Amino acid sequence: MSAPRLKATPLPGIGVQYDLETREHRHLSVVAHRDGTRTVNVYRSDDPDSCAQSLKLTSSEAGSLIDALKPSHHSPSLLYTTDLGLVAERIEVAATSRWNGRVLGDMRMRTETGASVVAVLRRAEAIPSPAPDFRLAGGDTLIVVGTREGVDAAATILGRE
Amino acid sequence: MHSAVLLIEFGSIILGLGLLGRFAGRFRLSPIPLYLLAGLAFGEGGLLPFGASEEFVATGAEIGVILLLLMLGLEYTASDLVSNLKTHYPSGLVDCALNALPGAAVALLLGWGPVAAVVLAGVTWISSSGVIAKVLGDLGRVGNRETPVILSVLVLEDLAMAVYLPIVTALVAGVGLMAGSVTLAIALGAAGLVLFLAVRYGRVISRFVSSDDPEKLLLVVLGLTILVAGVAQQLQVSAAVGAFLVGIALSGEVAEGAHTLLSPLRDLFAAVFFVFFGLHTDPSSIPPVLLPALGLAVVTALTKIATGYWAARRAGISVKGRWRAGGALVARGEFSIVIAGLAVSAGIEPSLGPLATAYVLILVVLGPLTARYTEPVATWWGRRREPSRPEPAPRATETEAPVAD
Repeated sequence: MSAPRLKATPLPGIGVQYDLETREHRHLSVVAHRDGTRTVNVYRSDDPDSCAQSLKLTSSEAGSLIDALKPSHHSPSLLYTTDLGLVAERIEVAATSRWNGRVLGDMRMRTETGASVVAVLRRAEAIPSPAPDFRLAGGDTLIVVGTREGVDAAATILGRE
Repeated sequence: MHSAVLLIEFGSIILGLGLLGRFAGRFRLSPIPLYLLAGLAFGEGGLLPFGASEEFVATGAEIGVILLLLMLGLEYTASDLVSNLKTHYPSGLVDCALNALPGAAVALLLGWGPVAAVVLAGVTWISSSGVIAKVLGDLGRVGNRETPVILSVLVLEDLAMAVYLPIVTALVAGVGLMAGSVTLAIALGAAGLVLFLAVRYGRVISRFVSSDDPEKLLLVVLGLTILVAGVAQQLQVSAAVGAFLVGIALSGEVAEGAHTLLSPLRDLFAAVFFVFFGLHTDPSSIPPVLLPALGLAVVTALTKIATGYWAARRAGISVKGRWRAGGALVARGEFSIVIAGLAVSAGIEPSLGPLATAYVLILVVLGPLTARYTEPVATWWGRRREPSRPEPAPRATETEAPVAD
């Protein structure tokens, strides 16, 4: 069974609205605001153009709600999981991390954990497959792929002060 | 000694604005009308004329306009603008025809001449995206189906400003037809070029400006904007448009970062701008223009409701949603004052500033009310008059007009 398509409508100056029609023909929408907050809307039955309820959620509240809605338990930073036991996660390099300012090769992540860094997200750009001489900076987000244990170990290594 | 007086005056202005803002927040009002009133109180002929900080406030006001337009540009991506222009241009044209013409007509009736007519047309045409976005959030209507229609009208107005402001700048400067055409050509060319570059190379531009450090990002964005605004002013195009185009050209994370960093600055300098506008308006000049302002406010409130109704109908929204869209669009605010400010600083028609002030004061208060009550009133009216007539004329809201007094 394929996932239902969300319809995306840009709301210039506010964000993007995602609409979902459920199997019971109820219409709900989520407005993703630019500042990371979310509004969840449920529509009135007598006037389908207007909201009966409009809930404002902060980004962390929205994160917790997503967790609760997910059919399988997972950690908030999980990007994707396959049936093969591989997971991909975002892990942030803290400013206080010992790797802030060091090159990726120093971490020996793949040797130690079997997990590999497939991309680094830095402000306005994403750097795919960074080489061992890539210099990390605090605030970078690494996309790490590996087994569940491997990725957890990688997160521990990255978190070292 | 002079600097001490300046600090005392400027400090008390800012402090006063802060207290007024808190007062407005308590009543969920937009603080704009209070800032204008504060300016009136401290200006020439007011309660407590300020002299020393005049020049400083004037510069602050200019920066305020630049920041207002920069932030407006940051709200939109170039692709937003282009796609909106393609799909909704009829609504934009209807909006312009219905709402700019009453302003122009009133200016001509008062015998102010063609230049003032063009300025007043802009004052009555452009809705306040700031006030409207806030009202939609407060009323829990962000997810409504008519909201994209409301926003698209606002986007088109903002885009039209990029063409309209250079024209006004040229007109109030009193340049001839030839020089005016050159200015307009430059403005249109620049706007087109920026849109094209932003759609094509937005990421490259953003990467050039991007910085990991908020402090540097702030300085780069602010410096770039003020520089471009100055160059635009030098080319007689209007500083505000230059700033708007910089905002359009920046996209993605840079735009979001800049938005967060610049918001407080924008709030400060925009407040200074409203005060400055009030300072230059003599309170005693308002009563004579109060009647035309009130009439214009009622007429253009109705034309905006009609505009929203028409635009929503075009988008296939149900009748209730059409009334809601109409009512939401009524508020005018910061940009009407920006446009009037151009004319006031150039010394066109002395009564124009007071009229614009009164007009904005009325509509910034009335706008949230029409947004809230147009639909219930129209529905009630429609029920009373038998649902045989599919579209009652937008007279239903006249019952609210007395609220404006």
